[in-house]
Amino acid sequence: MTRPHDMGGRFGDGAVVPEAEDIIFHADWHPRALALTLACGSLGLWNIDVSRHAREALAPKDYARFAYYEKWIAALADMLVETGALTAAELESAQGQGSSDLAEKRLTASNVAAVLAKGSPADRTNATPPRFGPGDSVRLRAMAENTTVNGGHTRLPAYAAGAVGRIVRLHGTHVLPDSNAHRLGEAPEPLYAVALQAADIWAHPEHPRDEVILDLWDSYLSPA
Amino acid sequence: MRVLCTFSPVCEAMMGVDFWRRLQQSRAMPHDHPDHDHPHSLLPSDPALRVKALETILTQKGLVDPAALDEIIDTYENRIGPRNGAQVVARAWADPAFKAALLKDADPVLADLGFYGRQGEHMVVVENTDTLHNMVVCTLCSCYPWPLLGIPPGWYKSDAYRARAVREPRKVLAEFGVTLPAECAVRVWDSTAEIRYLVLPQRPPGTDGWDEAALMDLVSRDSMIGCGLAVTP
Repeated sequence: MTRPHDMGGRFGDGAVVPEAEDIIFHADWHPRALALTLACGSLGLWNIDVSRHAREALAPKDYARFAYYEKWIAALADMLVETGALTAAELESAQGQGSSDLAEKRLTASNVAAVLAKGSPADRTNATPPRFGPGDSVRLRAMAENTTVNGGHTRLPAYAAGAVGRIVRLHGTHVLPDSNAHRLGEAPEPLYAVALQAADIWAHPEHPRDEVILDLWDSYLSPA
Repeated sequence: MRVLCTFSPVCEAMMGVDFWRRLQQSRAMPHDHPDHDHPHSLLPSDPALRVKALETILTQKGLVDPAALDEIIDTYENRIGPRNGAQVVARAWADPAFKAALLKDADPVLADLGFYGRQGEHMVVVENTDTLHNMVVCTLCSCYPWPLLGIPPGWYKSDAYRARAVREPRKVLAEFGVTLPAECAVRVWDSTAEIRYLVLPQRPPGTDGWDEAALMDLVSRDSMIGCGLAVTP
């Protein structure tokens, strides 16, 4: 089974509503929620995979009813308590008790530009050679689930699970989210762009030549 | 005893046993929202108040500097946005050698222009042609090339786009006013890893000899996501 974030292919969501380029946020609290999340990331208490999983692990009811940045804020609060940076009592009282030991890691205004510019690359040097090359046929794992942690994070969408595709690109060796999201190590693996024919994943493909391409790690794939 | 979470095995995987012990110890009274089992439910339910409360607590603890938040917001409201991507596209249209290098290995080319950073660490640029139209989505969350396009628009993060772009891209394109000819295939790139994709739209006809500044004005944000075409003058 999957989680509510895994919605690729789902029916019933209605029209996509285009938007002017100069609309960046839709409410005053949206940019604040974004900035709080980014600033707290600098405390070094979690990685991007942990934070993605925190959003995905919201109750399905909350995931569905929360606006985009509400998910961010909810996950942020959960992670801050999980890591001990804040206590549940502090959240409940809306008052911080005393200064944190982590305060020295606080992101300052003067460091923002450098931190955003530095990014957080996910590629790693790794001796494991890629098993597949462009043109190779591969079968995607049948289950869109984390194979180590029950209910854990994975980046294999349900709509693609079990399909046969072909490698179109090698991306190098990248941190494995399925491991990193659970603080089990980065476990880097070769990462590939894999093309699936629309006709192989949808009962009613729009066009015989259309494709969906996903970025998938070596352990998601087997030779086909 | 873990009574708080209907997802307790999952929450335990995410949060660890210590979390549950601390949460239990921190609250003398049973929780009165049985559907809200995560710590976030302790914050006010109104989202604006939630954000305010969290910022207040974090500032009091010395974990967040409100001036840094202002700086982050200013960066994405005023400095990093789709005009960066438009500059790259215009140069690719004007300079064949630049375009070839960009399509072959985008990262060093973009870094030379200063377009590197958070959510743009690993860039791939894909080119639209008469027979192939590229379109980008993130079905699992909202991955997007921030250094080149800024913060994703609301529709990119919407359930409708995430759900439908992979299954019926042509219907989605029609909602943007784009109809592709039958001989043009669609490739939808689902951003499932840390690779970020930028679409290089086709150069509009009637723009021979235009300089980069003029070409830039033809490059819409949506055309670089693959949900629009460049403007034909």
